[in-house]
Amino acid sequence: MGRKLLLEHEHVPGIDGYEVYRSKGGYQAVEKALKSMGPEAVVEEVKTSGLRGRGGAGFPTGMKWSFIAKPEGKPRYLVCNADESEPGTFKDRYLMEKIPHLLVEGLILSSFALGANTAYIYIRGEYKWLVDVMEKAIGEAKHNGWIGKNILNSGFNLEIYVNNGAGAYICGEETALIESLEGKRGNPRIKPPFPAVSGLYNCPTVVNNVESIAAVVPIINLGGAEYAKIGLGKSTGTKLISACGHLKKPGVYEIELGVSVEEFINSEEYCGGIRDGHRLKALIPGGSSVPVLPYHLIYKTANGDQRLMTYESLADGGFATGSMLGSGGFIAMDETTCIVRNTWSFARFYHHESCGQCSPCREGTGWMEKVLHRIEHGHGNMHDIDLLVDVAKKIEGNTICPLGDAAAWPVAAAIRHFREEFEYHIKYPEKVKGIYAHLPDYSAVPV
Amino acid sequence: MKVTIDGHTIEVEPGTTILQAARMIGGDVVPPAMCYYSKLKDSGGKCRTCIVEVSKGSEKDPRPMPKLVASCRTTVMDGMEVKNFTSERVLEARRGVVEFLLINHPLDCPVCDQAGECHLQDLAYEHGSAKTRYEEERRKYDMVDIGDKIKLHMTRCILCYRCVFTADQITDKRVHGVLHRGDSAEIGTYIEKAIENDFSGNVIDVCPVGALTDKTFRFKSRVWFVKPMLASRSCDKCCGKVVLWTSGKDVHRVTARKDQFGEVEEFICNTCRFDKKHLNDWTIEGPAPIEKQSVISANKYKQGLKVTAPQKIEYGNRPLLG
Amino acid sequence: MSTTEKEIKFSEATMARVHELISHYPEGRQKSALLPVLHLAQNEFGGWLSVPVMDYVASVLQLEPIEVYEVATFYTMYNQEPVGQCMIEFCQTGPCLCGGVEPLIEYTENKLGIKLGETTPDGKFTLKGVECLGACGYAPMAQIGKYYYEHLTPAKIDRIIEEFGKPGWDPHKKHEI
Ligand SMILES: Cc1cc2nc3c(=O)[nH]c(=O)nc-3n(C[C@H](O)[C@H](O)[C@H](O)COP(=O)(O)O)c2cc1C
Ligand code: SF4
Ligand code: SF4
Ligand code: FES
Ligand code: FES
Repeated sequence: MGRKLLLEHEHVPGIDGYEVYRSKGGYQAVEKALKSMGPEAVVEEVKTSGLRGRGGAGFPTGMKWSFIAKPEGKPRYLVCNADESEPGTFKDRYLMEKIPHLLVEGLILSSFALGANTAYIYIRGEYKWLVDVMEKAIGEAKHNGWIGKNILNSGFNLEIYVNNGAGAYICGEETALIESLEGKRGNPRIKPPFPAVSGLYNCPTVVNNVESIAAVVPIINLGGAEYAKIGLGKSTGTKLISACGHLKKPGVYEIELGVSVEEFINSEEYCGGIRDGHRLKALIPGGSSVPVLPYHLIYKTANGDQRLMTYESLADGGFATGSMLGSGGFIAMDETTCIVRNTWSFARFYHHESCGQCSPCREGTGWMEKVLHRIEHGHGNMHDIDLLVDVAKKIEGNTICPLGDAAAWPVAAAIRHFREEFEYHIKYPEKVKGIYAHLPDYSAVPV
Repeated sequence: MKVTIDGHTIEVEPGTTILQAARMIGGDVVPPAMCYYSKLKDSGGKCRTCIVEVSKGSEKDPRPMPKLVASCRTTVMDGMEVKNFTSERVLEARRGVVEFLLINHPLDCPVCDQAGECHLQDLAYEHGSAKTRYEEERRKYDMVDIGDKIKLHMTRCILCYRCVFTADQITDKRVHGVLHRGDSAEIGTYIEKAIENDFSGNVIDVCPVGALTDKTFRFKSRVWFVKPMLASRSCDKCCGKVVLWTSGKDVHRVTARKDQFGEVEEFICNTCRFDKKHLNDWTIEGPAPIEKQSVISANKYKQGLKVTAPQKIEYGNRPLLG
Repeated sequence: MSTTEKEIKFSEATMARVHELISHYPEGRQKSALLPVLHLAQNEFGGWLSVPVMDYVASVLQLEPIEVYEVATFYTMYNQEPVGQCMIEFCQTGPCLCGGVEPLIEYTENKLGIKLGETTPDGKFTLKGVECLGACGYAPMAQIGKYYYEHLTPAKIDRIIEEFGKPGWDPHKKHEI
């Protein structure tokens, strides 16, 4: 059994409430930090832990914290990114639903470390019920003296508030999130300045993912060095993986980084193998924006090493033969999957989610979607394939924010690894028309 | 600080952007800029036409920047080296940007009232490729009025946000903005009776394409039939320094004066722009220097309807203009 | 409820919540409450944001109306047009395709006699296709009102259509199906 640091108590009845959470050792990390450590020591432990941001980019959290500007007379803010909208990703929701106090505790620790007296949790609009869940947990924590003025007589004050979005993937991008939190359109800002210098209300701001913030709790409890021993190499600690697609047991799993992809997919502890006795065809290991891996590059890397669930191993081979750990949105697709249809659906997603500020993304995402739609619906031409590759290339790297890359990569990767399937769609339009990605037998579906 | 752009070195103040430095050098190193506007705070960064390659970050940290950067929003570092027209990568990426800007742009240059003074037309001519590969349906919008003096042809808009910044920063109340998002984003408002405020007309002058036009422009013909004259009047709201677009005794249109980069020199008020349509309202100072963006420059003046720029754009394999 | 017939004004309880929301942000930053307040307005004034409702929100938060229009049209959860009493929002992004959402959408469309994006003539149901809702492991799924309904099947759709169209059905409650 892999070690669990975040979801250890996920099945304890009542763990979503304060009393049970506290009885399982909850808020001990806050006591430790506020009574005996001080802010700098907390930052140091997080640095030592090697924790890397769990929102997708994998940037070391401790280092990010040390960049925060500390000008006189300006407040600092911590913003928790709970916008979770990357297709395939549903781990933050799970964590907040199951153990909301873990996030609250992490927020107290992180705010303390940063010297932030206000923290906001920005929850994606569609997770409406989670606003209640988090506000209840914050209320309980406040009632018990963990939030408010002069917490544990340390002189540290903190308020935590929840804000919610209203349907926009782009608000997961940290500067778009800040704009949205200011009540504006979710247009990413042009950087520099970076949020650490000028973020929310032009004040120094750190934006961190839900899971990154929650992970600070075990880091303080165990100590950074102990945490760093878990995992493999520079991929320290545990990671929540939200597994979906054609798996026997889709769901959210906490893994120790370093588990092999094969074990994660096939063992009973995790996904239990591919559904319906089918074979695995493709894998998107880190949310829809990372490159898809074809069957022969899933369990093994191009040079024959075992593929592991780490930042490094999943990226082994670069974009030619590798992918990325990303947000941990793990999408397994079996042999019944139509790659073209899936690629089109992702292209449609990015087209739908582009904020429209910069021309390559605004125009390019729509263009790619339209061409893919044509191919999928039997109206493609052979030159469309190269056109897609070229449009993707012209978007990539030329936009304000990484959404442009996120839109370009999946298209480029799907064509790189499954070109024949695109050609087949173009050559035999009558054979692919109206085919679903997956056709369940209704009579066999239990209600 | 020293910065070198396409081999030309110049000394600039800290905080200067690459684009500003290039404009100081002038001539052939200046990147095209469709959204940046030096007089509008926060403008720039959006259209991506001004992208350049930073082949050396600075004296201190000589590493090149991995991505192309928007020159209008990137400040110069001491010892920085920049490639613009000397970088194949930049030219290729810029061709891409121009193509993106054009795929949903109507191909109506011959009938567009901005023809001849449209920055996009120039851009397409100078940086675009001869053919479009876009075979999908183009976006279309109906024309709408923003107040009773300004017409919006949204189909032509490239979402540079200049008019939004102008309304925010130059007028006392912004009534229009960007609605919706992605490629459905559009300039618009739901305020039906938009009250004209004194400087709202300036949005017409900052628009790089023919998306915002002057409804009081009475001469419904091509700009190159009209003679631009520098003129002024004493005005209690603005500088009163304008360009009058005249033919014979008629004043067809009044605009602000523009500099060599196509930017307004000083914003003018709506009274000067919309209400002073008689020659005797004005003191004529002489013929206006002709902007680069104008077809009237480069001796295109006499050619009348034969616009050269859009001939370069073809749709599919079919040339746009016969 | 038509927004033109009734005076547009938040109930006292909602107004109290608005003031509480504003208090979460620094002085002068009441615009930060705009997104949550628009949600409240949509809930209270008939499930969509008409121009008069947006203008009202602008006045409550002391904003220019255009600032509200810009935001209300950016985010997909704000409805620009009236919707049915029960809006079924099917996720149709990649993982949900793998989970078989498409035949289920077709089933629902046939059953209600409308397509995605349409509302039944009796105003009871609106069908909408949306992008990933963060429930990819529990596909096929749909958001209905405040909650998610996951692992959907035709039989569950049948029950939803039977129960959720009843007068007085509350979109803010989680219903067992
Ligand atoms: C288009 C886009 C969408 C993103 N969505 C999310 C998201 O939903 N949740 C998240 O935590 N980070 C998201 N990110 C990453 C954030 O910008 C940011 O890097 C992250 O919140 C930092 O937190 P971390 O360092 O703890 O990972 C997104 C980035 C981009 C470019
Ligand atoms: S890349 Fe796309 S989402 Fe990002 S700023 Fe540009 S248009 Fe907006
Ligand atoms: S209308 Fe003109 S100025 Fe305004 S955004 Fe569009 S192109 Fe720019
Ligand atoms: S002018 Fe620089 S990005 Fe538009
Ligand atoms: S793809 Fe449907 S919920 Fe994520």
